[in-house]
Amino acid sequence: MNRIVTKEEFSKNPSVKMMQIEAPRIARKAKGGQFVVFRLNETGERVPLTVADTDPEKGLVTIIFQEVGKSTMALGALEVGDCLADFIGPLGQPTHMGDFGTVLCVAGGIGIAPTHNIVKALKANGNKVISIIGARTKDLLFWEDKMRDLSDELYVCTDDGSYGIHGLVTKVEQELLEKNRESGEIGLVIGIGPPIMMKFVCKTSEPFGVQTLVSLPTIMVDATGMCGACRVTVGGETKFVCVDGPEFDGHKVDFDEMLKRQGIYLEQEKVAVERYQHGNDCGCCDECGGDQ
Amino acid sequence: MAEEKKVNKAKKLPRHPMPEQEAKVRARNFEEVPFGYSNETAMAEASRCLRCKKPKCVEGCPVNVKIPEFVGLIADGDFIGAAHKLKETNALPAVCGRVCPQESQCEALCVLTKKGESVAIGRLERFAADYERKQGEMQLPKIAPATGKKVAVIGGGPAGLTVAGDLVKLGHDVTIFEALHKTGGVLVYGIPEFRLPKAIVQAEVDYLKSLGVKIVESYVVGRIETVDELLERFDACFIGTGAGLPVFMKIEGENLNGVYSANEYLTRSNLMKAYLFPEYDTPIVKGKRVATFGGGNVAMDSSRTALRLGAEKSYIIYRRSMDEMPARDEEIHHAGEEGVEFLLLANPERLIGDEKGWLTGVECIKMELGEPDESGRRRPVEIPGSEFVVEVDTVVVAIGNGPNPLVPSTTPDLKTNRWGNIDADLETGKTSMTGVYAGGDIVTGAATVIEAMGAGKKAAVAIHEYLQDT
Repeated sequence: MNRIVTKEEFSKNPSVKMMQIEAPRIARKAKGGQFVVFRLNETGERVPLTVADTDPEKGLVTIIFQEVGKSTMALGALEVGDCLADFIGPLGQPTHMGDFGTVLCVAGGIGIAPTHNIVKALKANGNKVISIIGARTKDLLFWEDKMRDLSDELYVCTDDGSYGIHGLVTKVEQELLEKNRESGEIGLVIGIGPPIMMKFVCKTSEPFGVQTLVSLPTIMVDATGMCGACRVTVGGETKFVCVDGPEFDGHKVDFDEMLKRQGIYLEQEKVAVERYQHGNDCGCCDECGGDQ
Repeated sequence: MAEEKKVNKAKKLPRHPMPEQEAKVRARNFEEVPFGYSNETAMAEASRCLRCKKPKCVEGCPVNVKIPEFVGLIADGDFIGAAHKLKETNALPAVCGRVCPQESQCEALCVLTKKGESVAIGRLERFAADYERKQGEMQLPKIAPATGKKVAVIGGGPAGLTVAGDLVKLGHDVTIFEALHKTGGVLVYGIPEFRLPKAIVQAEVDYLKSLGVKIVESYVVGRIETVDELLERFDACFIGTGAGLPVFMKIEGENLNGVYSANEYLTRSNLMKAYLFPEYDTPIVKGKRVATFGGGNVAMDSSRTALRLGAEKSYIIYRRSMDEMPARDEEIHHAGEEGVEFLLLANPERLIGDEKGWLTGVECIKMELGEPDESGRRRPVEIPGSEFVVEVDTVVVAIGNGPNPLVPSTTPDLKTNRWGNIDADLETGKTSMTGVYAGGDIVTGAATVIEAMGAGKKAAVAIHEYLQDT
């Protein structure tokens, strides 16, 4: 159960990794936009990750993660054949599917992963998809080929100009929406990536009046609607990302509040990383033999 | 004459106190508060029971535990016999002995209360169950021959565990599907270690497994598999998914950092063991000044957890007075002893934060009690202009829970009421769907462990009957 079947490192600094997990039921059931929760071991925390891809036939679920804290670092340290204590899902609402005409998907960094699964679903539902993928620098880009295969048009950007278009994803988004003013074919924008990027994807699309969905990566515990750790304000109302989301109307999301809430455990996160990187004792040099 | 003497003697003999950790010490650790009775004290306390011919206490128990019989066995020194007697009707005696509100159930009806204190039924229940567990050998009851019928139990809390235990004994093939990674529901995520050690819950769950109950954890019914899909491979379903939807105050500032629902605060601490961070990975805000809103058991658990996490001040802010508090007397008493401060007749109106989004205080308004409302409790009324601010860095909102919508919202044929609770017959658990039963908080709204178990017992009887006819 929950066995790691493949593992690949996409980039080193920061470390981004891809894993395929053996989870046949989830692989059959998960739809675009949904997420899973993993727990490494008995002392582990519950961490949500959006599904990047599924292979229902082989019973595999693909996750892509950046090593930002102790849990993702420890996950990245596991090897093929290792098992996760828990791999729970699919959770959250799938991306609402309908006839949107053309959908513009804007993905930043690690956000390329969930976007891929959504684009897959959108295409299966007969939509035309234009995708923009971007990252800080060339090394942090991944799945360009997969995204190209799925999308009707693909634009690739890097912040530093090391590959593709030099600039932020929102620059291309702006241009495409300008062009769209006349044709009006883009009926939906989906923006997924770091919170700050999603905020600006929404700011960019707002003047054009095009509906924009974002997928929110909030902190969660049970992820079944029980605790409210993931709450966000959407249109003045409190929503739970785990059961009402993870996708919301980006023009109504209070991103500033969400960004503040994302920082609740920064201090503890530092302690945990320190402890993880320096062995399991006090996190010190161990010269005192534990006396101090 | 002799009988009368016995009555008088028992009435005069006070109830035996249960030794417990000293308040100051225990307020800083997560060890269980009471130590339990010794064999001698248990026998002495049990001998206070008059063994009434028509015992009232049994009527006060939602699962009708054979109270005079088990208490009598303890008085005779047959502790194992007492434990077995308990288990005839109650699958979780070690739990109930600890968390039941006995003072408003069995003990409230004890004839001794007329002139003195009731027999300490809860403490004796706990004693017998603990005695058996410590002996290591749990006696397995007779299991009826396999019926070949399969039952899915959704939710591994008190209701689900009870249904599973009763049905497996009747020979049915029972599988519990639990959404979290540990079975026990509120017993593992909600009630703290110091009130209900998790090893005890685990022992009860292991006991059910030894009876043949299958348990699938980390399986979120409604998402991975719907009730309708389960019915394709099971003959009947029981839904006991509990009251897992936190209610917030809907006041300004509720999404500030440092504001928790009681569910989150307790789940982090209990299920995820955040009090052991960084040994365990899940963090929790260890506030120095913590306010808990509410006056129920969950509020007491939260305010006492705050102390154990290192709070210098732990307040309960409750809009009525001490008399209306719904928590068990023992919890209120324990909280007070440990240093929890009660700000009564006060209602939070607004949460105040700094520019970084962290909570700094709560503005409350003073209340006074007016006429009784539909619950019979006197309605609190605001006193205009009486606002005051309490400086706090953490708030825990413990004002109740709604039904978790995950299963109802993914089961189109399942009727719910306007609050989202599943419409089920209170005597049988029967729902609007054939072969689907429900019980516990998902039906009644937030109630007690034992009431959920009572609902489970009734549903098990009904499901068994239903399976005979299929």
